[in-house]
Amino acid sequence: MRGAKSAKWVAGAAIIALAATACGGGNDDSSDSASKEKGKPAGYVSVDVGEPQKPLIPADTNESLGSYVIQALFTQLLEFDAKGNIVYTNAESVKSDDNKTWTVKLKPGWKFHDGTPVTAESYIKAWNWYANIKNNQQNAFWFEDIKGYADVHPEKGDPKGAEMSGLKAVDDTTFTIELDKPVPYFEYKLGYYTFAPLPEVFYKDTKAFGQAPVGNGPYVFEKWDHKKLIQVKANPDYQGPNKAKNKGILFKNYATVEAAYQDLLSGNLDMIRQIGPKDLPKYKTDLGDRTVDQAYAAVQSLVPVFYSKTFKGIDPKVIQGLSMGIDRDTITKTVLNGTRQPATSFTPPGVAGNQDLNTDVFKFDPAKAKQLIEEGGGVPENKLWIQYNADGGHKEWVTAVCESIRNSTGVDCVPDAKPDFQTDLEARDNNQVKSMYRGGWVADYPLNVNFMRELYGTTAEANNGRFSDREVDAAFKKGDNAASLDESIKAYQDAEKLVLQKMPAIPLWNYKINGGYSKSVDNVGIDYRGDYVMTDVTVK
Amino acid sequence: MGRYVARRLLQMIPVFLGSTMLVFAMMYALPGDPVRALAGEQTVDPAQIAAMKHKLGLDLPLWHQYWNYLTGLFHWDFGTEIASGRPVADTIADAFPITIRLALFAFLFTVIVGISMGVFAGLKADTLRDRGLLILTLLLISVPSFVLGFLGQYLFAFQLGWVDPNVSAEANWSELFLPAVVLGSLSLAYVARLTRTSVAENLRADYMRTAVAKGLPRRRVVGVHLMRNSMIPVVTFLGTDLGALLGGAVVTEGIFNVQGVGRAVFGALQHREGATVVGIVTLIVIVYLVTSLLVDLLYAVLDPRIRYA
Repeated sequence: MRGAKSAKWVAGAAIIALAATACGGGNDDSSDSASKEKGKPAGYVSVDVGEPQKPLIPADTNESLGSYVIQALFTQLLEFDAKGNIVYTNAESVKSDDNKTWTVKLKPGWKFHDGTPVTAESYIKAWNWYANIKNNQQNAFWFEDIKGYADVHPEKGDPKGAEMSGLKAVDDTTFTIELDKPVPYFEYKLGYYTFAPLPEVFYKDTKAFGQAPVGNGPYVFEKWDHKKLIQVKANPDYQGPNKAKNKGILFKNYATVEAAYQDLLSGNLDMIRQIGPKDLPKYKTDLGDRTVDQAYAAVQSLVPVFYSKTFKGIDPKVIQGLSMGIDRDTITKTVLNGTRQPATSFTPPGVAGNQDLNTDVFKFDPAKAKQLIEEGGGVPENKLWIQYNADGGHKEWVTAVCESIRNSTGVDCVPDAKPDFQTDLEARDNNQVKSMYRGGWVADYPLNVNFMRELYGTTAEANNGRFSDREVDAAFKKGDNAASLDESIKAYQDAEKLVLQKMPAIPLWNYKINGGYSKSVDNVGIDYRGDYVMTDVTVK
Repeated sequence: MGRYVARRLLQMIPVFLGSTMLVFAMMYALPGDPVRALAGEQTVDPAQIAAMKHKLGLDLPLWHQYWNYLTGLFHWDFGTEIASGRPVADTIADAFPITIRLALFAFLFTVIVGISMGVFAGLKADTLRDRGLLILTLLLISVPSFVLGFLGQYLFAFQLGWVDPNVSAEANWSELFLPAVVLGSLSLAYVARLTRTSVAENLRADYMRTAVAKGLPRRRVVGVHLMRNSMIPVVTFLGTDLGALLGGAVVTEGIFNVQGVGRAVFGALQHREGATVVGIVTLIVIVYLVTSLLVDLLYAVLDPRIRYA
């Protein structure tokens, strides 16, 4: 009896426990399984693009996962082809006589996915909203060239107005952008997806929009199953040059790159963006000619911090010497398994203005490295640290680079690991880096300017090495004041030669995409940022 | 008995408060600023970061943040994630169902296979089949779960083609089979060994001799008299094990692409999503408390000598 009574209590408690922990049932999505891949409608392609960090609003997305989805759903004025040349998408033309006032003509007849027309006002209103500090958009600073930005995004306090005075609609399909000062390469900036327009429905409920966006792009939003997948379907009414050649995309979230690769091999995934280190040595035999192995416009560097004991007031020759002490070829081939391509300049290939610097600073030459470091007065205390974040797979190559420097130059080099990216960034922001940090930069727009001005200008926000040089600043300024885009690129090329003499960073290598695709898709290509061109992918 | 349960439930309140406060303080103490990190290596706007922090209440002192969090909890508000702006409750509701399914699956596997193996070996201690079990379980204990996971994936998914290598977004029972077996195999080894020892020992107990002497059929001797008493140490282990399973398994979930609690906590920790970490850890703490209560109550069922006032 006693036992039976206790059992009743146990059962009662168990029911309470189950009720408390069972937060919801499973999902019983029944989907047609035309393809082998579960839950994928016929004609769709799937790619391993994980959960976007932020709501899907063009100006709030700055990481590579969210940007994939944003670029599928939205189309801004123009885009770039694989070579980095401008291709007009929503714009018919973008013109300026003085690089200060730009006139944008839109292609007529474009519609958002909800059927409302895309007008000049759709752009102006969206840009004003993006730039407004009250809306806390991550990419708000992209609008800082536009006249009146300081009114909507003051450094302190509340905005003075809600509109930037530089944006004016001429008619339904024409508007003008007036800048604070001439920017010869402003058109290139317009190719960033942050400059996308927004439909009226956005302003009714911005929060709901971020979960189910209505864009004007080649794909229409279908569903977002958080942490699992995002599904979009091709937009049949799309009028741009980049109309989808498949019926839709599944952006699938994977816990690890290894898991994604397993799914690729077993036919449950069509495209993988990056092969994990475990599978890199064998992915070419596994996939045959279905691999993607291409460099894109991104560079990884060692950035000396000029407030540190090691590099304060140092002779640039020493940094050049350190650069020559790194065996880039061997490290990229062995430790990095061919996932990087040795750098030969401060700008990566694939951006306009990338040039052959005609120098041996990026060549491995231990004898000359030693000589240069000696001539420059040596490294203080003959020791330096390379800071990196331990959660990003950098440990192996940082160790190899240190080994290389130590062996070839005799300078003691110590890897300085920070547990994760946040801690790493905090040390950079607060000027607490011991001597060098690992820097990475992906092109925002395919122009050499982006790799110069944003990184090495005295006031540049991303200049965490606190490099400051009057001559370099003057050279950048010359490029900004140039009369035309070509002259500006040319001026920045000259500036790059000057940067080589000052060595604000040691470029190591350019990133490569090492991905692959399944037998069921074809025409897989990448753009200058190393992203798959999803609209071109066809299903076999 | 009722009063005992009530007392135990009341005791959970201070444990709950203490553990949330500890986790909260730990998250606060971690270096790195999640709001700043959103900008990555891109341009940083200090005014904007300050505005975002203010909006999320992250600029308040620790005690104030904790107070806000606690008062929110009473309205079933687990807080809001920094980057995505989604309620933490949604993240929890996304992750827990699949982990619960996986955990129950693994748990059932452990209980059924583990106990049968243990009884099977324990009834004939020191024979060949007993030695065989000891060696097998020793293997399971010493092989790390990721080796087992990759091995299982390679064998059953790629060589034999019986299952898919990964769990898809739908997470069917059939897909969960392999991860559940891998997840449960370590506990399986412990359960088998515990049961075996306990059964082997109790076989020599006085009440067993009495039961046999009474002329009870062997089925009843083993099934009721022996099993019931032998289960006490096993149940203790299973109770904490269920808690551990429900807490998620980062490694196994990673191998089989299960978007469960383990991955959710891990991801949140990486992105310094304090509210998410505290929310999930709090739930795991509650799960542990409830399972340990269940275990204590089960003792009374299994062993009539144990009474709870």
